Amino acid sequence: MKILNEASTLIKENIRDYGMYIALFVIMVTFNMMTNGVFMSSRNISNLLDSAGYIAVLAVGMTLVIVIRHIDLSVGYVAGFLGAIAAILLMQQGLPVYIVIPIILLLGIVIGLMNGFLIAQLGIPAFVASLAGMLIFRGALLQVTEGTGTIIVQNAAFNALGNGFIPSLGQILDRHLLTLIVGGIGIIFYIYSELRTRHDKMKYNFEVVSIGILALKLAFVSTIIGYITWVLAGYNGFSWTLMIVLFVTIVYHFISNRTVLGRQIYAVGSNPEAAHLSGINVKKVTYLVMASMSMLAALSGILYTARLQSATTTAGMLFELDAIAAAYVGGVSSAGGVGKVTGAIIGAIVMASLTNGMNLLGVGISYQYMIRGGVLAGAVIFDVLTRKKGK
Amino acid sequence: MAKTILEMHNITKTFPGVKALSNVNFKVEEGEIHFLVGENGAGKSTLMKVLSGVYPYGEYDGDIVYQGKVQQFNKINDSVDVGIAIIYQELALFPDLPVYENIYLGNEVKQNGVINWNQTIVKAKEMLKKVNLKVNPEVLIKDLGVGKQQLIEIAKALSKDVKLLILDEPTAALNEDDSENLLELIKELKKQGITCIMISHKLKEVVAIADKATVLRDGETICTLDAKKGEINERTIIKNMVGREMNNIYPERENKKIGDTILELHNWSAYDSQLGRHVVKDANLHLRKGEIIGIAGLMGAGRTELALSMFGNPKQYKLTGDLIVNQQKRNFKHTSDAIKEGMAYVTEDRKGNGLFLLQNITNNVSAAKLKGIANSGIINDNEEIKVAEHYKKSLHIKASSIEQMVGKLSGGNQQKVSLGKWLFAGPNILILDEPTRGIDVGAKFEIYSVMNELIDQGLSIIMISSELGEVLGMSDRVYVMAEGEIKGELSGEEADQEKIMELATQ
Repeated sequence: MKILNEASTLIKENIRDYGMYIALFVIMVTFNMMTNGVFMSSRNISNLLDSAGYIAVLAVGMTLVIVIRHIDLSVGYVAGFLGAIAAILLMQQGLPVYIVIPIILLLGIVIGLMNGFLIAQLGIPAFVASLAGMLIFRGALLQVTEGTGTIIVQNAAFNALGNGFIPSLGQILDRHLLTLIVGGIGIIFYIYSELRTRHDKMKYNFEVVSIGILALKLAFVSTIIGYITWVLAGYNGFSWTLMIVLFVTIVYHFISNRTVLGRQIYAVGSNPEAAHLSGINVKKVTYLVMASMSMLAALSGILYTARLQSATTTAGMLFELDAIAAAYVGGVSSAGGVGKVTGAIIGAIVMASLTNGMNLLGVGISYQYMIRGGVLAGAVIFDVLTRKKGK
Repeated sequence: MAKTILEMHNITKTFPGVKALSNVNFKVEEGEIHFLVGENGAGKSTLMKVLSGVYPYGEYDGDIVYQGKVQQFNKINDSVDVGIAIIYQELALFPDLPVYENIYLGNEVKQNGVINWNQTIVKAKEMLKKVNLKVNPEVLIKDLGVGKQQLIEIAKALSKDVKLLILDEPTAALNEDDSENLLELIKELKKQGITCIMISHKLKEVVAIADKATVLRDGETICTLDAKKGEINERTIIKNMVGREMNNIYPERENKKIGDTILELHNWSAYDSQLGRHVVKDANLHLRKGEIIGIAGLMGAGRTELALSMFGNPKQYKLTGDLIVNQQKRNFKHTSDAIKEGMAYVTEDRKGNGLFLLQNITNNVSAAKLKGIANSGIINDNEEIKVAEHYKKSLHIKASSIEQMVGKLSGGNQQKVSLGKWLFAGPNILILDEPTRGIDVGAKFEIYSVMNELIDQGLSIIMISSELGEVLGMSDRVYVMAEGEIKGELSGEEADQEKIMELATQ
């Protein structure tokens, strides 16, 4: 009984954080029922996660951009343009993959620093600065693909980033072995880090949740990781896209929660003047966040090009809006200072699930847009209402 | 016998926790120039806001009798309709619109519902003539100086057939010529039968043009002085402004140990290129170890600007003169440089630029010294919690937990969080800008006690304050500022309310 009480207060206090997970859960279960289990099938989940990948990485960066009260509309065509450059470097210059990828990411950083210069140094509103960038890179994409049209990428290693799966090492119980191992390691790592946090807190004599609740939480999250792993292992296992997205999420989650830089980002978003008076270099933070955004746009371009196995003249169209939508569904606030990286990922998966589920159900594209729009509005309404209540 | 145009009876206005006005009586006769004087927070502006309908009928107690009738203003336009116009210190003009549009904004010259711009320009020219301003009505407001903008505000009021004109510190931002000009105009308007209520901190002006002056103190009417009876002179006004009883609410500080000078300013000036004037002019001051210096002055005297110009210059003023901290000349490029030299600045506006209101106490306390809770860039959450708990306990911050959002705390507790943030940064020189504004007496006392403890630990404090009692009760020495200049330095013994007010109203 005591555990139930503790759990219910925990949920009440953190309804904002859990809201998205609950929404995602409801969406998934609903679609699964409506499609008679096709939605949660190994193959579909694998597809769904892969199709969300290039938006998810953008949403992560966009979350931080919105946290510091800016916006970046250029990310879509930056992704498209750099994806095309990657294709050109691979196919026309014949450079190997391990050189092309760092070059592309570096180019992304340079573009981001240019955005940062316009926004932080010259004080141009981010909306306008990045709108200009959007037009420029749309033109640049057309320019580099003008002679050739769509550039087909015939490089197995590169294309694997968008379509490939981690090697199998054999099958067990008809499941993908390495995927099971990776999932298992993930669970162990998760449990270890939770226990360690608890141990540290106890060392400082801080209050910790009761062991019962902790066990419940560990069991719950482990089950989910285990279940997803099990489902994916039933098809081709973890894809490289999924691994990359996970890596980006973990790194950004760590930076935003556990580092001085992360704190500075949230401080700048929360109150830029107070941040400045607290000795935080607001300009530097703006540069870094914009640079990280464009670097992730470069990564998004790589993932997208690899997924299509080609660079097209319209690649990147409306990516920025999908990313912004995912970030808002994920709980970022335009007032600044609020928003989580993990939320952005969930937001991206929610949006991808909607598209995927509705495709399976054969919902017309016109209704799909309207429904996605409604979900976006609903997420923001939820956010505004829960914020008013506040703590 | 002149006719009474306005009488305010027993006006009482309370804000949550504070009584801003208590039973104020205020009477103005037609065609006179009536000054309202008093310290910051005496209730002058509040009284005028009641009169002009900013605080609608029902939010205050008492009666407003205007032109023989009890008025119930529900919104600002109600007072405008009967001929009352108020001009605030921060002008309410639109910089990117031309003069004539500004004058007739909200009061457009219309024909069949469509604005007649030509007619507007013609009428605007008339209004400009009335205020003796020779400018083309088609120039943009932003291309005019503050003095001329002020006149345009008056022209705007005149265009609405104003009978009672209220000016809130009209000359605070003006230079001498412009001030002179404005005062002449007020006298001119008086001849035309316009009654004028002015709030001013410059007693010279009061003496020069006032027919009457009403002194407010702590939300109460003290007296109304009459020029005809020869009552309006600086000495009488100051005596009535400050004559408050000093309560012994300041904790005693034992064994004062004052050491070497650790901060000095030589001919320090700060030019604000946006305002187009010096906000600090030729300031000279010094601060010694273990000392509290008070910086007194009235609103707009340049005290906050002085603090910011020393503290890494976040407003990007053009600075001249020398700032010497810890025996070395400094040229701070950023607030972080000043923090590195051991300076800290607790802002006057804790909600606006002091705190991260949406974040919890923990994150606020650590914000000015994130390195102090981090190991090679990685935050140690637990160390941070320990720090926050420490300050919550030592500063008696009342909150449900350190996880509480700072925006939900009371003013006094927010101020303590702000203080905690800077104490964690470990400063030698602590600048406190209005450290007790808007907080209750109990919390004030606690903050004073903390200040004394810090002095015992060898810190030095620069305290900017508009509360004379606080300045006198806490400071070892007092500098008085007015119009961006340091008008005088008083030792703790010689400082008293009258002397400070004399310097502050120069």
